[in-house]
Amino acid sequence: MSAPFDAIVIGAGHNGLTAAAYLARAGLSVVVVEQRDVIGGATVTEEFHPGFRVDTFAHRMGPFSPRVFEDLRLRTYGLEMVWPDPARVAMADGRALSLFRDPSQTAEAIRPFSSGDAARWPAFCRTVADAARLVDAVRQSQPPRLPDPGLRDLLRLAAIGLGLRRRGKRAMAETLRLLPMSLADLLDDWFESDVLKGAVAGAGLPGLMQGPRGAGTAYALLHHLAAGEAPGGVTLVRGGTGRAAEALAGAARAAGVEIRTSAPVERIGVRSDAAVEVVLAGGEVIPARRILSSADPKRTFLTLVGPEALDPAFVRQVRHIRMRGACAKVHLALGELPRFPGIGGGDAELRGAVMVAPGLDYLERAFDDAKYGGVSERPFLEAVIPTLTDPSLAPPGRHVMSILVQYAPYHLKAGAWEAARREALGDAVVAVLAEYAPNLPAAVLHRQVLTPLDLEQRLGLTEGNIFQGEMALDQLFFMRPVPGWARYGTPVRGLYLCGAGAHPGGGVTALPGYHAARAVLRDMSAS
Amino acid sequence: MLRTTPFHSRTALLCQAQNWRRWAGCVVASSYELSHDREYWAIRSAAALLDVSPLYKYLVRGPDAARLLDRIVTRDIRRCAVGQVMYTPWCDEAGKVLDDGTITRLDEDLLRLTAAEPNLRWLHENSAGLDATIDDVSDSTAALAVQGPASRAILRDALEADLDSLRFFRATRAQVRDIPLTITRTGYTGDLGYELWFDGRHAERMWDHLIAAGQPYGLTPAGMLALDIARIEAGLILIDVDYVPARKALILARTSSPFELGLGWTVRLDKGYFVGQRALRAEQARPPTWQLRGLEIEWDALERLYAEAGLPVELPAAAWRTSVPVYAGDEQVGYATSGCWSPLLKQYIALAHVRAPHTAPGTSLAMEVTVEHRRRRAPARVRELPFFNPERKRA
Ligand SMILES: Cc1cc2nc3c(=O)[nH]c(=O)nc-3n(C[C@H](O)[C@H](O)[C@H](O)COP(=O)(O)OP(=O)(O)OC[C@H]3O[C@@H](n4cnc5c(N)ncnc54)[C@H](O)[C@@H]3O)c2cc1C
Repeated sequence: MSAPFDAIVIGAGHNGLTAAAYLARAGLSVVVVEQRDVIGGATVTEEFHPGFRVDTFAHRMGPFSPRVFEDLRLRTYGLEMVWPDPARVAMADGRALSLFRDPSQTAEAIRPFSSGDAARWPAFCRTVADAARLVDAVRQSQPPRLPDPGLRDLLRLAAIGLGLRRRGKRAMAETLRLLPMSLADLLDDWFESDVLKGAVAGAGLPGLMQGPRGAGTAYALLHHLAAGEAPGGVTLVRGGTGRAAEALAGAARAAGVEIRTSAPVERIGVRSDAAVEVVLAGGEVIPARRILSSADPKRTFLTLVGPEALDPAFVRQVRHIRMRGACAKVHLALGELPRFPGIGGGDAELRGAVMVAPGLDYLERAFDDAKYGGVSERPFLEAVIPTLTDPSLAPPGRHVMSILVQYAPYHLKAGAWEAARREALGDAVVAVLAEYAPNLPAAVLHRQVLTPLDLEQRLGLTEGNIFQGEMALDQLFFMRPVPGWARYGTPVRGLYLCGAGAHPGGGVTALPGYHAARAVLRDMSAS
Repeated sequence: MLRTTPFHSRTALLCQAQNWRRWAGCVVASSYELSHDREYWAIRSAAALLDVSPLYKYLVRGPDAARLLDRIVTRDIRRCAVGQVMYTPWCDEAGKVLDDGTITRLDEDLLRLTAAEPNLRWLHENSAGLDATIDDVSDSTAALAVQGPASRAILRDALEADLDSLRFFRATRAQVRDIPLTITRTGYTGDLGYELWFDGRHAERMWDHLIAAGQPYGLTPAGMLALDIARIEAGLILIDVDYVPARKALILARTSSPFELGLGWTVRLDKGYFVGQRALRAEQARPPTWQLRGLEIEWDALERLYAEAGLPVELPAAAWRTSVPVYAGDEQVGYATSGCWSPLLKQYIALAHVRAPHTAPGTSLAMEVTVEHRRRRAPARVRELPFFNPERKRA
């Protein structure tokens, strides 16, 4: 048997690659093992129709860590982020509302819908920005050790608290009030225009098995926001999010990381409660001093480690992680650009996210269907046309549309996700879009529909939950993945979590991978 | 609601003393006669028949049955051969004892666990990913203990079973008329003895049959009071008395690890994962703070204490189950949790939790005694357990 690696990273998603790159830069020998024949995990750009490429999963960036971007010099490895402006256009009956990066420009766009809302928009942006600053500070730091936080933990928490306090009492009170609110309550507090409320709520809802009236949903709006960004900000990658993974892989390889694809891990070998090896399907055994898994926590513990090697209380916690898949994806190869009569200003208007979220009731009704195990009759849609940012993704003059569809629950009350169900979902999505862009159905050259079951099967993502665990307040920060184990280490010595299932959670942020690598290095220097 | 055991129609008729107690929700006889003396002596000099049906009993079945139990208990169940019985405690994640009982391997894929507390949920929680089914057969399985020097002779007459080759902590199947049963050479008396396990529907017939077969040998139904003395002599701990199961402990200090209960011999740290392994491994690396020990209260000194009050020694009529301070000089270094006068050994003995370094056999300590309403300290000697360990137990 070969000499053990210093670290094995399971999964070549963007977090696994980030962790691998940092560890290798610290001098460790690292191998990444990925089950798929391509790297990228949920950030991957693949051909889905001859000549047409699309982001199979994530089609925009979470707030990607600027520090990781700098540390790993990702620009030199080809990662180019773009910030479309307007970031979003929200479709409404015959009209459209654009959300720009500049609040005053957005206020002008809101004015035709409600002059009062237009006047309130800048103040809303400030309130959200204050709260987002707190969320960002939490995101940038590792969770404290609980119930016995160390001095460093306390100092860090104190600094976050002080930072918040410095914004003034009112800002602090506003932030604390906002965190557990529902999106609907928050937005009803501020605005009267249903179109505006739908557009903002739609920026927070992706991935949640909750409607805008669900408690704690306001937090999600903040979670997906980069510091300093106006609500609803969108970041794209030229060439698709797969470029982010390729850039990370480039940086990792340059640091000495070996990346193996088509290498599915079947089992994590545990001896004397320490993780010592991974066993690949086919039987190959790779020994290592430590193992970092970016597979989701349920997959990691219940399948790869197996409950036999774990304390029953811990197994109970892991089993109770809520991972209800809520999303499907539809990809369209288009012969021509969809024309939305409600939108002036030409193609540039469509470079960000095109949203079908025309109001809070619409969104809540879409969720109502899913609440009882059905697929939304009229789903909430977030579409991106990446060919407007990088025409090379499709043949000349042709386009691609990537659509995140919500709600399509993993657990159906009746029936299963078979072919007919999948096509019915595709039909419903095209029909809804056609209400706003009548030329769309005829422009469709090819359609790919990925149900939550498909997401699970392709990515090994339990229940197809796009964030490796719902981003609800009780599953975040020091409670992610489960209370007591939020510091990347696990009850199995030498086994770490480094994916979206760990703090700060889902989205293309690179932060779970970054923090996990730091936790490994911290443990190494402590022992 | 008071529940009864499958033998209630028989024990109720015999229980002249109407002296009942609750055990796992069932009423069982404390003693059948007004005094438990005769029942105790039956255990040690003839044979006693004890209704132990209130024990919780679980049948674990399937290819992973042994693995399931192995991941719960401290002993290595994979090494438990078919026809073997193992006594073992089991712990929570912190390595603190939850319960103790026996595991009988009835077949490759079939094991029976006995327990003092309900354990169904715990078994289920630990069965994730394992191919094993769990049946709670506590109510449907009757259990009788036949304990004492004459027990083998009685069962030889009563049953068709190969008792002579049945070694200590082994099990065998047997048949009485149409009643199938398993016999284990186990018990809670530290004597030669057997336990019989069978379907509760046959309980009354089995009882009558054994009483008849045992008559020539002096087989005597015995209650819990007699058993309590025998088990103290045998150095066998009792849940809720000598230790607090971790789930019921209000404070951490009330919990005990197997090492602290004299059960270190059951802890196989070198086997695969089991609940509490990590904590026990860490604990084993440290010298233990607490140890379970025997105490023998010195007779002459006790006599002097009573003489000062103008009295002869007054001994407890039955085994006591209260916490009694134990001292080294003026410092309290432990507490006794049960004690009795041993009619057989003619010694006043107790089970005690003693703090290091006062645990070496022979160490002189003192136990609190109340003499004529006054608290006194009676000198006592630390003893290795068990107090009584006859050859015939294993022979
Ligand atoms: C459909 C979809 C749409 C999304 N949209 C967005 C979006 O628009 N914006 C946003 O910010 N976030 C989005 N997300 C969330 C975001 O993409 C993820 O949170 C993030 O990419 C997770 O990265 P990761 O590296 O932690 O995990 P992943 O990218 O899931 O990587 C895990 C990797 O592990 C591999 N793996 C799993 N099991 C094994 C095994 N046994 N052996 C070997 N390898 C294994 C998988 O194949 C995968 O490559 C979306 C997610 C999905 C699924």
